[in-house]
Amino acid sequence: MKKKFAFYWAASCGGCEIAVLDINEKILDVIKNADILFWPVAVDTKYKDVENLPDEYFDFCFFNGSIRNSEQEHLAKLLRKKSRVLVAFGSCAVEGCIPGLANLYRREDILKRGFIETESTDNPKKVLPQKEISYNSEKMELPEFYSQVFPLDEICEVDYYLPGCPPPTGLIINAMEKIFANENIPKKTYLAPTKSLCDTCERNKTFPKKMPKIKRMIEIQPDPNTCFLEQGIICLGPATRSGCKNLCINANWPCTGCMGPTPEVSDQGAKMISALTSILLLDEEKKNYEEFYKILEEEIKKIKDPIGTFYMYSLAKAILNKRREG
Amino acid sequence: MKKISIDPITRLEGHGKIEIFLEKGKVKDVFLQVPEFRGFEKFCEGRKGEDMPQLTSRICGVCPVAHHFAATKALDSAYNCEVPIKAKKLRELMYCGYIIYDHILHFYFLGGPDFLVGKDAPKEKRNIIGVIEKYGEQVGMEVIKHRAYGQKITEIIGGKATHPVCGIPGGVTKGISEEERKEIEEMAKSCVQFSLFTLEIFKKNILENYQDLFFNKNFDLEVYNMGLVDDDKCLNFYDGKVRVTAPDNSEYALFEPKEYLNYIGEYVYEWSFVKFPYLKNIGFKGLIPLKDNGLYRVGPLARLNVSESLKTKEAQKEFENFYKTYNKKPVNNIFAYHWARLIELLYASERALELSSDKDIIGYEEIRNFDLKKPKDGVGIVEAARGTLIHHYFLNEEGMIEKVNLIVATTNNNGALNISLKIGALSVEEYLDKEDEKLLNQIEMFFRAYDPCLACASHNLKFQILKKEENKITIIF
Repeated sequence: MKKKFAFYWAASCGGCEIAVLDINEKILDVIKNADILFWPVAVDTKYKDVENLPDEYFDFCFFNGSIRNSEQEHLAKLLRKKSRVLVAFGSCAVEGCIPGLANLYRREDILKRGFIETESTDNPKKVLPQKEISYNSEKMELPEFYSQVFPLDEICEVDYYLPGCPPPTGLIINAMEKIFANENIPKKTYLAPTKSLCDTCERNKTFPKKMPKIKRMIEIQPDPNTCFLEQGIICLGPATRSGCKNLCINANWPCTGCMGPTPEVSDQGAKMISALTSILLLDEEKKNYEEFYKILEEEIKKIKDPIGTFYMYSLAKAILNKRREG
Repeated sequence: MKKISIDPITRLEGHGKIEIFLEKGKVKDVFLQVPEFRGFEKFCEGRKGEDMPQLTSRICGVCPVAHHFAATKALDSAYNCEVPIKAKKLRELMYCGYIIYDHILHFYFLGGPDFLVGKDAPKEKRNIIGVIEKYGEQVGMEVIKHRAYGQKITEIIGGKATHPVCGIPGGVTKGISEEERKEIEEMAKSCVQFSLFTLEIFKKNILENYQDLFFNKNFDLEVYNMGLVDDDKCLNFYDGKVRVTAPDNSEYALFEPKEYLNYIGEYVYEWSFVKFPYLKNIGFKGLIPLKDNGLYRVGPLARLNVSESLKTKEAQKEFENFYKTYNKKPVNNIFAYHWARLIELLYASERALELSSDKDIIGYEEIRNFDLKKPKDGVGIVEAARGTLIHHYFLNEEGMIEKVNLIVATTNNNGALNISLKIGALSVEEYLDKEDEKLLNQIEMFFRAYDPCLACASHNLKFQILKKEENKITIIF
């Protein structure tokens, strides 16, 4: 029997929908094996239609995007109820992704910048979007913009995780094949390899026992065959799950961590900092403590935007995951 | 008073909802709401400048290349850094790959199925699956193949198709090999043929059958047109000056990206929390297509309207045919966007072939200029598939982001989208009471023509009162 599928997006960019299309001709297999009954980007099913369905009607729901407002929370809970299996699809749903960096700022400041302060905006009366809008005695509603970004599993029970920004096509095809073969996958599984990116990296042969002084990508053109860390460029390979086919690294850009941490690690940024401390300026350690401390301090200052660097995708899931209110 | 909701609107990128208010069967108000906001303009503050091409590509995973290079160009400009010619060519080639993939996506997956399968088809069929059923798996495979080619071009040059990584101030991080160049050349050749094939489908199956839409004067919208052009005032997606033409086809403005604040303002309605971009020196006079109103359109139709000609052979023929058929310039019909988009698909394919036939693009040297000056503010403008996209960054001395201003493609179309949906609702007014699904879908077709990207826009749009009298549409505040 054909499986019943739903795809949905919450606070997301649409790249996860494109990742599904990027399985290319395999999408024909999906169509043969599944009815896609809800997918706003491609199919004309409306919310009302979903609400009228019996519970657990969908066999699988692939849910991408994080939860940033009340409508998204409602849809997450609704689709949880209507689906037998709910998959957190992509970095936003799994760990908040880049929009999770908004947790560094207060809700009010985010709205103020977007709607009042921006250079081309003309809004002298400082009007902001409201939950309820009156116009000509009519009322309309907008969702409530929450004070932080939530990964999906903080809002409802999640069965499987498919990480990546967006999830690599190979992993999507793999997951689909398992689903169509009715394979029994243990709950809470990450449908991705467990090794670290470093363990799969061709540049690994030069993985340094020591890292030289820190450089930014605007300063040097890295050698394409040498480990980034060896060249002083921060690369999140040691702290990041593999499965992406190392696409960024092959394009001569260091890993920024979109696959999230490896299974034994709960905080990707902390893991990366720990990896750095074990290799950074190891040569200098021979010097006396004071001298070494001075050099090290200078080097650490060169790490610009440490949160954006170490938690680019995982801030919303980190141990310290948001700015303290007040 | 009766309210009809279309929630969510479908076959577009991002979230949206249409609310139609009826009074005694007449359309009183129509609202399009975008219930999403993520706040990139704030949380990009404090980040490294060089991370912006990747951070902002997450504004939109359908048009990541547009954001990636708008950001990269804003950084080129902030660092006052000349980009080597090879890197420029690689960026534009990748950009063409993106336009190919995105325009194919719209025609076969998003806006096209209304025509390809038919606007009267049941909703279960009005999608890519219905297209494949109707035209056969072989055509389906061609669609899938060529959409994938567009993505593959981005992947080869940019590292990753969705969320590329090659853009860096002063150039690109990697070059391409002769094998890769050849592969792109072969794909581009095939895309030219596929674009011609798609235009044939369009003319035979759509233009013929939907003359009541494509040539209906009620569906004309007269506003200013905006788009990037090269030195000869011809379409270029990746680089150039911004050209604005008036409804009478005279040139209203031609400006450098860094001058955008002199020309564009974003209006905020007291009652609506909306940003409505408009031409500053003309002013914002509400959602009315008046001559002295600063509203403008962007995207495929606007781009053709501001271009003197197209610089590739086959696309130029189609360009001439387009204006000959309508017998005027600018063309103002809302649905003509679909046709214009396919002419652009052909142009992007031919341009990709031209660029990839050039052996100067191979090799790993001379792809970056390291002569970065002291950073200040910088503006980068590209033509996203959906229209003019503006990134403006303020960098501190260390190259860290202090402030960000973004005017994204779909936001530029906000005013036009508003008016168009009103026209759509009024065109089916007498039957609206029944809340027939197909009828409501016909209203949605008026926004789909623009291929809006509401993940990009992330602002709220709101409509106002309209009145229809003897086939004339007037807007009442």
